[in-house]
Amino acid sequence: MKITFPHMGNMHIAIKALMDGLKLEVVPPPPISKRTYELGIKNSPEFACMPLKINLGNFIEALEKGADTIVMAGGWGPCRFGYYAQVERDILEGLGYDFKMIVLEAPDSRIYDLVHQLKSLGENVSFWEAVKAIKYGWSKLNALELVERHFDHCLPRAWDKDQVEKIYDNASIAIEQAGSKEEAQAAGMEAIQAMSSLEFKLGQPLKIGLVGEIYTLLEPAANYDICRLLGRMEVEVCRSTYLTEWLNDNLLGGLVKKSIRKGLVKYAKPYLNYEVGGHGLETIGHTVHFARLKYDGVIQIGPLTCMPEIVAQSILPSISQKEGVPCMTLWFDELSGTAGLSTRLEAFVDMVQRQKFKAAKCLKEA
Amino acid sequence: MKVGIPQGLFYYYYYPLWKTFFQDLGAEVVTSPSTNRQIIEKGIESAVDEACFPIKVYYGHVRELCHEAVDYIFVPRLVSVEPRSFICPKFMGLPDMIKAGLSDLPPLIDITIDISRTERFLKRDIVRVGQLFTSQKSLIQQSYQHGVDELRKCRKLCQSGYTMAEAIRIWEGEEIILPSAFDLSIGVLGHGYSLYDQTISMNLIERLRQMGCRVQVAEILDQTAVEIKAAEIPKRVFWTLGRKLVGSALLMEKQTDVDGIIYLACFGCGPDSMIGEIIERKLKTKPFMMMTIDEHTGEAGMVTRLEAFCDMLMRRRVVKGEDYISAHG
Repeated sequence: MKITFPHMGNMHIAIKALMDGLKLEVVPPPPISKRTYELGIKNSPEFACMPLKINLGNFIEALEKGADTIVMAGGWGPCRFGYYAQVERDILEGLGYDFKMIVLEAPDSRIYDLVHQLKSLGENVSFWEAVKAIKYGWSKLNALELVERHFDHCLPRAWDKDQVEKIYDNASIAIEQAGSKEEAQAAGMEAIQAMSSLEFKLGQPLKIGLVGEIYTLLEPAANYDICRLLGRMEVEVCRSTYLTEWLNDNLLGGLVKKSIRKGLVKYAKPYLNYEVGGHGLETIGHTVHFARLKYDGVIQIGPLTCMPEIVAQSILPSISQKEGVPCMTLWFDELSGTAGLSTRLEAFVDMVQRQKFKAAKCLKEA
Repeated sequence: MKVGIPQGLFYYYYYPLWKTFFQDLGAEVVTSPSTNRQIIEKGIESAVDEACFPIKVYYGHVRELCHEAVDYIFVPRLVSVEPRSFICPKFMGLPDMIKAGLSDLPPLIDITIDISRTERFLKRDIVRVGQLFTSQKSLIQQSYQHGVDELRKCRKLCQSGYTMAEAIRIWEGEEIILPSAFDLSIGVLGHGYSLYDQTISMNLIERLRQMGCRVQVAEILDQTAVEIKAAEIPKRVFWTLGRKLVGSALLMEKQTDVDGIIYLACFGCGPDSMIGEIIERKLKTKPFMMMTIDEHTGEAGMVTRLEAFCDMLMRRRVVKGEDYISAHG
C-alpha cells in the first residue's frame, strides 16, 4: 500500500511523519506546479472551486509516481468540500487509474464505517504506536508553525527580506527531514534565532489581518503567496487560522488546545447569527476580532464561487462601516495572475497607510 | 398588518404554506411582482458580484417590496427542510446578507427553519412568528397546519405536468391548459428557483413546449422512487435539492418515455457544479445537456442550443430503429 494525500500548506510534513510512524509507505504528491494546475483544470468540472482542481492535480501526479491509495477528508455539508472525494474518485476512475480511496469523515449512519476506514490505515501498528505517531506528526507541525509566526513578524521589519525567506525555506526542509521531536524543535529554534539576529527597520509596520477560506489561507500555491507579497510591502500579516488550530478544531475535537471558536461565534453576532458552513462564520468572527484589536485592515481571500465566503463577503461592508476597518475581498481561481494581485494589494496598502497617517495627524492637531 | 413575500428563491417551493399561514393569522399578504428587468438591475446593484443569479434577483425582490409600505418582509433562514440535509450556505446566511446589503428595510421576519436534527425549534419559532399577529397559540398552530395542507394540495397539481410556478397560479385561481400534443418528451431539471422563474430561466420550459416537447420536471415523478434512485449513489447527497435532482435524473434515464434530459445550472452554484458532474457521469443511455446561466446569458444562444438538442433527439429517434447511436456522439 503506497499512500498519497492532497497538499494543503505544510500539512504534508505532518502527514508524512504520521504515516512513517504508522509504518506505512507514503508517496507525497510533487509540490504544486503549473502542471498540477493544468492536470486538475483539464479533468475537473468547469465550475468546481479551485481546491478541487488542485487536489485532483495532486492525485494524478501522485498516482503517476506509483501511489495506489488516496487518503482524503470528507464531511456532511453544506459546503461542497464534503462531496469532493466522491467526485474526485469518479473522475480518476474515469481516467483509468486503479487505486483505493480512504475517506476520513464522520459516518452517515454506522460508526462501523469510520472504524473500518481507520483500521485499514493502522493495521501495522499497535494503538500506542499510533498515538505516538500522531504526537510525532503534531510536534513537527508545531515546530514549523512557530517558525512561520516568527517569519510573519520578521519579514516586514527586516532589511534583507531574501535572507528571511531563505531561513524559513531551509527550516521547513530541516523540520521535514528531522528524525525526532527534539530534532524538529531544535531546527525550529535555530531558524527563529537566525531570523532574530537580522537587522530590523525602525518603526511599526502596518498590520493587516488575513481571513477567509482555509485552503486558500494555508496553501501558498493557491493564494500566490499573498503573505510574502504583503510582507515585502512591509505589512505585517496576521493569519486568522493556522494549520494546528484548524486540525485541533476539526479533526481532534478540541482535545489538544483550547478552541477559540466559541469566542468567534460571539464576535460574529449581530452580523451573522447562524453557522453557514465552511469558514463563513469564522471569517466574520475574525474580521470583527481584528477590527476590535485595531488592525489597520482586513483582507478576505477565498476560491471563486466559494459559497460560505460569499455570504461573508456580503456582510463585510457593514462590519467595515460599523467597526471602522478597511476590508477587501480577493477571489482566486486558476486564472488569477500575480501582477494584477500585486497592483490590488499595493493600492489597498497605500489606502490603509494614508488613512492611518490622516488619523494620526488629526490626533496631533487635536 | 401587511406582510411582504419576495417572489424569489423558495417562493416556488413554499409560497402556498406561507401565504395561508399569514392570511389565517389576519395579515394581508403581498408579493413582489414576478421577476422583470428592473428587479434584476436592482438586485445586481445591491448584491456582491460573486453571488449566484437567483440570490441577486432576490435582493431585487426585497427592494421592490420596500416601496410597498409593508409592515414586515418575510425572509426565512432556510437551513434544512428535512433531517440531515441542507439547502445551501447562502440560504443559511440570507437574512444577514439582506440586512447588511440593503438599508431602510422594514423589519424582517427571519424565522430559522432547521429540522436537520429536531423539529422542536421550528415549532417554537413558528409560534414566535405567529405572536407578532395574534396571541392565540391554538390559532397559530391551526394556521400552520392549514398552510401545510394547502401546500400539499398545490404540490399534487404538479403530478399532472404543471411546474411549481404554474401550480401556484392555479392554486390562486387561474386556469392553465397544457398543450396535449407533442413530439418529444424532455426531462428538465434544475433548482426550482431558477428553473420556474420565467425571467431567470429565460422561459426555458415554455420555449420547449412551443417546440413541441412535453416537459417533465422533477415534481412529476413519484418522490419515493426518486429517493430510492438517489440512494444508489455511494455517498448520500447532503443537499436536499441536489439529492432530488440526482434521483430524478437516474429515474428519468430508466423511463422509456423520456427522450433526453436538460439540466439548468446557475453560474457559481456550489451544488450544481458537483451534482451536474455526477449526473453527467452516471447517465449512460440518455442524451444529456447542461446549460449554465447567469445575468449575462443571451437568449439567442440558448434558443440555438435548445433547437440543436431537440433536432438531435428527433434524428436519434428516427434512426433508432435501424441502428444504435451513442448518447455521447
